[in-house]
Amino acid sequence: MQFPILSVIVFIPIVTAVIILLIPQDRKNEVRVTALAGATFALLLSAWAYFSYDIPVGGYQFLEKYTWLPSLGISYQVGIDGMNAPLVLLTGVVMFTGVLISWGIDDRPREFFAFLFILATGVFGVFVALDLFMLFFFYEIAVFPMYLLIAIWGWKETREYAAMKLTLYLFIGSVIALVGALAMYFVSGMGTFDMLALEGAGFSADFQRLWFPFVFFGFAVLGGIFPFHNWSPDGHVAAPTAVSMFHAGVLMKLGAFAALRVGIMLLPEGAKFHLPWIILLSLVNVVYGAYIAMVQSDFKYVIGFSSVSHMGLVAMGFATLTRNGMIGAGVQMFSHGVMTALFFAVVGMIYDQAHTREIPKLGGFRKVMPVVAIAFIIGGLVSMGMPGFSGFIAEFPIFMGVWASHPWIAIVAAISIVITASYIIRIVGRVFFGNLPEEFEHHVHDVTALDKVALVFLSGILIIVGVYPAVMVPLVESGVDKILALLGGV
Amino acid sequence: MTIETIIWLIPLPPVLAFFLIVLFANRNKALSHILAVGAALLSWLGSMVVFWQAIRTEHFGEHPFVSSIPWLPSGDSWFRIGVQIDPLSAATLFFVAWTILMIFLYSIGYHNYGQPKGDHDRPGLPPHGATISDAHGHTHTVPSIEPMYSRFFAFIGLFAFGMYTLVVSDNLLTLFVGWEIMGLCSYLLIGFWYGKPSARAAMIKAFITTRVGDVFMLLGIAYLYSATGTLNYREIFYSEEVLHTLGTTSSGFLGLSIAGLIGLLLFIGTVGKSAQWPLHVWLPDAMEGPTPVSAMIHAATMVSAGVYMVIRIFPLLSAGADHGALTSAMTVVAFIGAFTALFAATIAVAQNDIKRVLAYSTISQLGYMVAAIGIGAYVAAAFHLITHAFFKALLFLGSGSVIHGMEHGVLHTGQHVDPQDMLNMGGLRKKMPITFWTFLIGGFALSGFPLVTAGFWSKDEILADAFGHGHLGVFITLALAALLTAFYTMRQITLTFLGEPRTESAHHAKETPWTMTAPLVILAVFAVAAGWAGIPEHFPAIGGIVPNWFHEFIGSTLLEHPKAIDFNFIPLLVSFIVALGGLYAGWLVYKGLPVGAQDPIERAAPQIHKVLKNKYYFDEIYDSLFVKPANWISEVFTSRWMDMGVIDGILHWVAFASGRIGGFLRDYIDLPIVNGFGDMIGEGTKRFGRAIRVIQTGRIQNYMIGALFTIAAFSVLFYYLVFNR
Repeated sequence: MQFPILSVIVFIPIVTAVIILLIPQDRKNEVRVTALAGATFALLLSAWAYFSYDIPVGGYQFLEKYTWLPSLGISYQVGIDGMNAPLVLLTGVVMFTGVLISWGIDDRPREFFAFLFILATGVFGVFVALDLFMLFFFYEIAVFPMYLLIAIWGWKETREYAAMKLTLYLFIGSVIALVGALAMYFVSGMGTFDMLALEGAGFSADFQRLWFPFVFFGFAVLGGIFPFHNWSPDGHVAAPTAVSMFHAGVLMKLGAFAALRVGIMLLPEGAKFHLPWIILLSLVNVVYGAYIAMVQSDFKYVIGFSSVSHMGLVAMGFATLTRNGMIGAGVQMFSHGVMTALFFAVVGMIYDQAHTREIPKLGGFRKVMPVVAIAFIIGGLVSMGMPGFSGFIAEFPIFMGVWASHPWIAIVAAISIVITASYIIRIVGRVFFGNLPEEFEHHVHDVTALDKVALVFLSGILIIVGVYPAVMVPLVESGVDKILALLGGV
Repeated sequence: MTIETIIWLIPLPPVLAFFLIVLFANRNKALSHILAVGAALLSWLGSMVVFWQAIRTEHFGEHPFVSSIPWLPSGDSWFRIGVQIDPLSAATLFFVAWTILMIFLYSIGYHNYGQPKGDHDRPGLPPHGATISDAHGHTHTVPSIEPMYSRFFAFIGLFAFGMYTLVVSDNLLTLFVGWEIMGLCSYLLIGFWYGKPSARAAMIKAFITTRVGDVFMLLGIAYLYSATGTLNYREIFYSEEVLHTLGTTSSGFLGLSIAGLIGLLLFIGTVGKSAQWPLHVWLPDAMEGPTPVSAMIHAATMVSAGVYMVIRIFPLLSAGADHGALTSAMTVVAFIGAFTALFAATIAVAQNDIKRVLAYSTISQLGYMVAAIGIGAYVAAAFHLITHAFFKALLFLGSGSVIHGMEHGVLHTGQHVDPQDMLNMGGLRKKMPITFWTFLIGGFALSGFPLVTAGFWSKDEILADAFGHGHLGVFITLALAALLTAFYTMRQITLTFLGEPRTESAHHAKETPWTMTAPLVILAVFAVAAGWAGIPEHFPAIGGIVPNWFHEFIGSTLLEHPKAIDFNFIPLLVSFIVALGGLYAGWLVYKGLPVGAQDPIERAAPQIHKVLKNKYYFDEIYDSLFVKPANWISEVFTSRWMDMGVIDGILHWVAFASGRIGGFLRDYIDLPIVNGFGDMIGEGTKRFGRAIRVIQTGRIQNYMIGALFTIAAFSVLFYYLVFNR
């Protein structure tokens, strides 16, 4: 038997969480070091899995399967292909940098890191799960700690409201999706939750058309699709920095990914049928999110709504059901995850020092924290889809795909590029350039070395993917080819 | 080293300089400019080698230098990035290399290298000057060195990388990469003095406006790729089959062919980048940046890149055309170009800022080139692109030199006058002779001063093409624009250099150092000599002495070589008249303008002057037409109404209603009925127990009595039941 790398990745965080909980409350540094060790380990393993995936062979690799409840057809089954391998890596990256920038958390760090790591296990689990039941199981594991993390460590003004809103949205979404999943389970007549088997279940077209919206929207809620996006900016803003990074960076991909895996891949006929209005909704996402981001005065809300806009592009790319569109969407999930983690890290660093996120009150931070400023600008360029950064590698194929299937949608969606540029350069101009307000003159200092490591790491990834896209695109491509095969070569 | 390797290497030195300056040299000013200028020199050297190699190659148009590597896997095959030097890019490389090198050198003097640090200078603001005391104990105020000297050289290095990348690229995607890098640098450099609110506003305006164009260009690229499966120039523009298919298939949009629609989408990118109407508004404001930036980015290279791209995609615009007739896409291009040429020239007449005049003149001249492409005068457009780059860079650098000299005077006298306002100048020819003579050459080239200047030959060729192919509307518009050009150029020269100084500062202006004047002289040579490469063969008297090399060379870039048109006296005559007439009129109106006098045009036609001075109110129109509605949509409609009103409203209502439903269930069902029933059982039992508690007294006598009664009662019962049968 080969080394069960995926299981190890999935369970490292939760094991680390248990170890952390065993450390006495007041040994805060031990807690942090343990957390960092766990996160580093997870990152290295996920990178290893990512880079040792054999593209020419394709399909699911590193497969593991253990029967769990044979009478109900539930088994523990994991594997990665071209679509989820980047997301596993992304989770490792966000987890690692999230720990680095959370170093300064002084209020019950033990519990904080423990919950964060439980969340990470859930996220890893959803990405690698090949069993429908396990997917839901990990999904709930991922959602639940979110509530506690926001409600306890969040921003005092809105944390209870936001935590409640988020949890309700996500649970309702998952229940709706679960109904669809159960329908598949019973109708297939195969008595299994194995997604590889369900792919070949041959559901009738009517069945697929009826149930696709349940599954797709149930998960797409977590992907932030309009009009169910509203939990996300509120959640981002209320959450502490590392949680925002997880939340926008990884959790939203969970929704998009599950909608793809369960919705589009298991019910391809339904996807084809419902495609037109999904692409329309995602268009609303893209433009609408960008417009709102433009007028927010709270730095974190800008980034929150920009996530809504960018996740719309993911949904749009998938909904084109074209090769280019889906490749772009696959890369966009990774690129946006890293980019938005970077953004939230930056916002957190500024808030920690300035104690305000009101953009008009900030200014001149370039002078006190140059690395942060450069990192934000790099993230901004990614966000604008500037060539040479990962955003371009993601968005250009999406636009090609959309243009090939719906030229008008592409034109309208392109508006968002201009708006994105406007809100990004507004922040760059207002927050980082301009004059440092006097009240900050002596209170604001540069960020710690650990923070800088996190920022350099994140922006480095964005540049590497942008300059040398071959590190990711062929992998995603192999995943997309499989989906297209399921779709019957659309 | 093969020629292809050299081409690959050309863009690299400036970007290396950028990183080196940012990482290691940002404290050391001398090292910064040595790195930057050294890098520019290396790129220049490479470009010259490639250029010479190119013009010595036979049939270069059919066999350009090409090399490519795979980069982005897309669709079924790898997307290849690569370099290609064909005649058009070789010629572009030539002027780009020269202007960039000159401007880099000029920047050293412009940013006051060697001067002391300013007394109150702060990063983000232009230097204010330093006070020094000489041997006699007198104190003087002299110009001070730019506080962000190193940053400037880093940025222009990155910019040069973008421009070279664009030129050597063999496909539209890497062209777009270079295009965007330049856009970013343009943004950063316009806002170089970010302490000035006007500079901050200008940088944002420039970025967003060009971004609008870029978005359409991106869509054009996406469309082109979907239609052909490639973005490589040679695979599209040199393939008759592809062009024919694209040119004859309808796109289903306004009756355009696919080629026409793609061409127009890409052209919108140019409209943004080359500041054509209606996206021209950003370029004049971009003059907030330091003058070398205006010269390089906003006159010689970046804005030229827009025209370069349209020349590249010309086969798309003209695909499917019957011989002689214009396609609808070409008509649009010709209209926009000609309109812009005239429109911007009229505004230039009423501007007093020396750099703004040149900015509008740039817009107008770019319009010239665009119009030329629109009517199919592909070679003439390329020719004007090159000559314009030289003389416009010269004029901008000259204006920077003038401003510099004026600033010296302002600091010396302590007057508070605007050193960029031409009404404050006058008589500078004696103070700044080198600047004057070179500016004069540049100005005459811009005006198309006959026979001697490069501008004449290139402009005349455009006019001749317009006339010769029967596009009379374009011809008349362009001729009028040329007349205005000559007029405002002479106005500028007269106000700035001729007559007597109108302010004390102008009186104390001083010639600038050699790092600034040397580039002026070199560019002035090109502003004259660049024209000799393209003298039409049939030109009376001097035609054919120097062969019309340019036409042959550039013409071979196309699949179908354009024919040189026959010589005709009418356009030549018109060229002569508009150039000389405009110059003379400009001199006549503005000579000897007294101190504090009104502009003669303002006196003659105040209403028109006001409209022109306010640039036809385009800024205001756009503000109320686009900026305010966009803000309204985002602020009021999407954010307040939809997101917080409708969506959150529904959500909160649902939450509220759920709470109410819960309350109702609790108060009216759960408490009274469900709880009531349960309670009733419990309570009833309790009450019953309490009621019968009285018999549990604990006294043995009472129990005995009870027992007695019970026995008696049972006895009676037993008696009746058993014995009374």
